[in-house]
Amino acid sequence: MRYIRPLSIEDAVGELAKAVGPAAILAGGSDLLVRMKGGFIEPELIVDIKAIGGLADITETADGFRIGAAVPCAVLGENKALKQAWPGVVEAANLIGSKQVQGRCTITGNLCNASPAADSVPALVAAAAQAVVAGPSGKRTIAVEAVPTGPGRTSLAKGEIIEAILLEKRPEHAGDAYLRFIPRTEMDIAVVSAGVNLTLDEKGAIKTARVALGAAAPTVLLVEEAGQVLVGSKLDEETLERLAKICAGACRPIDDKRGTIEFRRKVAGVLAQRAAAIAYKRAGDK
Amino acid sequence: MNFDPRYSGRNFSSVGTRPIRPDGVDKVTGRARYGADFNMAGQLVGRVLRSPHAHAIIKKIDTSKAEKLAGVKAVITAKDLPDLTDGDAAMYDILDNSMARKKALYDGHAVAAVAAIDARIARQALKLIEVDYEVLPHVTDVDEAAQHHAPLINDQVFTEGLEEKPAKPSNVTKRTQFGHGDVHKGFAEADFVVERSFKTEQTHQGYIEPHACVASVNPDGTAELWVCTQGHFVYRQHCAQLLGLEASKLRVTSSEIGGGFGGKTHVWAEPVALALSRKAGRPVKLVMTRDEVFRASGPTSATSIDVRIGARKDGTITAAEATLRYSCGPYAGSWAEIGAMTAFACYRLENVKTVGYEVLVNRPKTAAYRAPSAPMAAFAVESSIDELAKELGMDAVDFRIKNAAQEGTRASYGPVYGPIGIGPTLEAVKKHPHMKAPLKANQGRGMACGFWFNFGGQTCTDLNIGMDGTVSLAVGTVDVGGSRASLSLVAAEELGIDYGNVKAIVADTSSLGYNDMTDGSRGTFSSSMATISAARNAIKILKDRAAQMWDIPVEDVTWEKGHAIAKGEKYGNLSPLSLKDIAAKSGTTGGPIAGHSELVADGAGVSFATHICDIEVDPETGATRVIRYTVVQDAGKAVHPTYVEGQYQGGAAQGIGWALNEEYIYGKDGRLQNAGFLDYRIPVCSDLPMIDTQILEIPNPNHPYGVRGVGETSIVPPLAAIANAVSNAVGVRMTHIPMSPPRILAALEAEREG
Repeated sequence: MRYIRPLSIEDAVGELAKAVGPAAILAGGSDLLVRMKGGFIEPELIVDIKAIGGLADITETADGFRIGAAVPCAVLGENKALKQAWPGVVEAANLIGSKQVQGRCTITGNLCNASPAADSVPALVAAAAQAVVAGPSGKRTIAVEAVPTGPGRTSLAKGEIIEAILLEKRPEHAGDAYLRFIPRTEMDIAVVSAGVNLTLDEKGAIKTARVALGAAAPTVLLVEEAGQVLVGSKLDEETLERLAKICAGACRPIDDKRGTIEFRRKVAGVLAQRAAAIAYKRAGDK
Repeated sequence: MNFDPRYSGRNFSSVGTRPIRPDGVDKVTGRARYGADFNMAGQLVGRVLRSPHAHAIIKKIDTSKAEKLAGVKAVITAKDLPDLTDGDAAMYDILDNSMARKKALYDGHAVAAVAAIDARIARQALKLIEVDYEVLPHVTDVDEAAQHHAPLINDQVFTEGLEEKPAKPSNVTKRTQFGHGDVHKGFAEADFVVERSFKTEQTHQGYIEPHACVASVNPDGTAELWVCTQGHFVYRQHCAQLLGLEASKLRVTSSEIGGGFGGKTHVWAEPVALALSRKAGRPVKLVMTRDEVFRASGPTSATSIDVRIGARKDGTITAAEATLRYSCGPYAGSWAEIGAMTAFACYRLENVKTVGYEVLVNRPKTAAYRAPSAPMAAFAVESSIDELAKELGMDAVDFRIKNAAQEGTRASYGPVYGPIGIGPTLEAVKKHPHMKAPLKANQGRGMACGFWFNFGGQTCTDLNIGMDGTVSLAVGTVDVGGSRASLSLVAAEELGIDYGNVKAIVADTSSLGYNDMTDGSRGTFSSSMATISAARNAIKILKDRAAQMWDIPVEDVTWEKGHAIAKGEKYGNLSPLSLKDIAAKSGTTGGPIAGHSELVADGAGVSFATHICDIEVDPETGATRVIRYTVVQDAGKAVHPTYVEGQYQGGAAQGIGWALNEEYIYGKDGRLQNAGFLDYRIPVCSDLPMIDTQILEIPNPNHPYGVRGVGETSIVPPLAAIANAVSNAVGVRMTHIPMSPPRILAALEAEREG
């Protein structure tokens, strides 16, 4: 096994592109090391991206926020501007694992691990976040929901690295929220989850809405119909009923050790309702 | 030995205080040495190859490629552990469980092992071992396994305990029955009858420290084993027998222990490590991964229990009956039998009958787990008792008080009780402010009782007095819950010296006579009895030495508050001699001063507890939160109250995990789906409220200080107390443990749909 710590994204891409055996990218390592220790993967090359300039920074730009691929989730929680603009994304990132894990893990790693139960991903999808991908043929920017293609699989080609996640600048009266269901209070993995992102008009009616569900299908789901049903409403009882119904219907869950199909359908709807209520309040308070 | 173990009321000066534990500093600074913290020069790394199949014939194992890998020093299979059990069926099962001989009987069953110079090579070697399996049909569910058409796990099993030997083999190894009176007559007299069936899933003890040992077998036939265990003397006996060693030549040292809860009363990896070391000619360290701990060690039974209880309008129980089916893993056990004995032990019953069935399944061999078998039986019985109280329109506590066992009651499992604590714990609960605290919406309160036998057993202790007047106490019961502190308090109490002048250790198997293991809540009960006996023997010598120093007859010397005193006015000019004074002169008065004790600690008093629990349920998701929990339990006499409280809280915490989320989940392929702490959900700190405790002290007449074991009873009531609380919160009777959110939500939806 070879471990390298390149100083530029070009070097990292180059090493990955020419790697012969299995290769892995290391940021926080909270998924990679566990998988290596469990004997699930034995990479021949590990590319540590933490020394690459800019990858450990959160930058506020004219367009919004750029979160480097090596920024630990705990650092997101310490960034006041980001927390103010995207509280749902930050709270999702700060639910992963334990406090110790949050000091290492990254939202980019969470996205690339491609677990349907990843906590930060439904929040990022609801937020319409984008991923900046660096590869042998240059850079491209894609929607985060285009990254995972199935459990443990991504659309990234050989040699490609996500170098940053982009979040838009927030208009007035905007709010997001993320909720997950776990049987314990912490240190657990989502049985099902929901992220909701709303903007309101001057009268308090919902202008735009995005709803995403986690652990409800092989990949995180963007439920467009659920967003549409919210638009124009002030989150009345009837709208919330319809929201729950659409979310339950959109799920394609499985029966497994963490929950049943019926449970996931029902709770996906409940969490979407509750997350929408929190996002609506946050949007109204701004 | 003329030791009188009977209780005599006395005032205590050390016992009942709360000093810091002698092993505390080492533990919080990381110096304490646990199973994996021991190393020997030249030691190899041992790893075990395990069956991926729930049930399969092992047709052939080819180890030749693994043996050729550079760095591999030994590869073993069952052939390297020949059968020396000489018709001892229980020992044969232990041997077969340590290394499968003909069939792999569960996912995780050991089939081969390697010792190599490092972990990487050991892992590579495992991949080079080729096992040819013939996969057989399997069964993992206790009810399915008991059916006559179920896949047979052992075709030599014909149910014992039936009037006639059955014609066909089955997975039911034994039927047992307990009770007295006539239940038919009793039910005929009942105005109300509750009848229900319950299920509980299999749980693991969940000790944080995995099994770990270092074994070193020498060419001269001597061997050493350093191991994390609850009973190093028992491990020595078992390992010596399985490997054909002489017991006295196998020296076993117990490490600090990061939890056992009954799961470290059984050998798994230790015979394998010794066999590897014997073959390799070098020490071998074997440490289980968490995955191995779940798949191959530990768990308790999964159960299926039917209960029927009848009562008259006035609240008198007229008859009680239970049928209990417990899974044993693939080897015979007596788990349902214990469940059948404990099920109705809290009550005074004229007509009672319990029947237990031991059921083989393709799961790991069932091991003891804290009051083994009692929590599941209590869940079924105490849920039914609550339901019956509701039908009668009686308060759940009053109904139990009316029917509680008392001194002189003939227990449902046979014996007649002496002074016992069930009534007092119920009265204490009735008066407890917790019972009157207001509840909010979606919250429910439940309570339940529990019983455990407790155990005494063989015990051997040495107490040595140094020339500086300090005392070293060597005991043979492993300290799993603070017993070194408690036993030091007892030595200090009996000798009349300061706690700080006593240092207790757990001695190895070559330094003391045989001790039974720390199980059955016996550690402090039995070793305190032996410590009192050893201290009294030392006092005899101390008095003798004082008499020599004074040159008076020893009959004129008494021992009070740590001093020899010359009795009578004629000795008025002789100042008392302290233990320290006598010890300082010991070199010239006859040599070292010591007290020894060996005894069988009979008369471990039975133990009772009553718990109260408040739960909040989210009706939309089935999520639960324990918002308040109170334990009331009889300790006989709390030697170190902080550790008694710790035992009460620990049992409740484990019971909460079991009741709400912990369970072994098997796939259709018979493989364990959740062999790790992520998906086997023991509670984390934030899942639990502060667990309140109340210690009652109803002295055990068979112990000089009145001590009873306290370690196990606290896990007996929680399943039922929590089930009663959930049922009261949501208005639906929960009959399947764990009450995980999907199960609660499904029960609520079913109720809503009518």
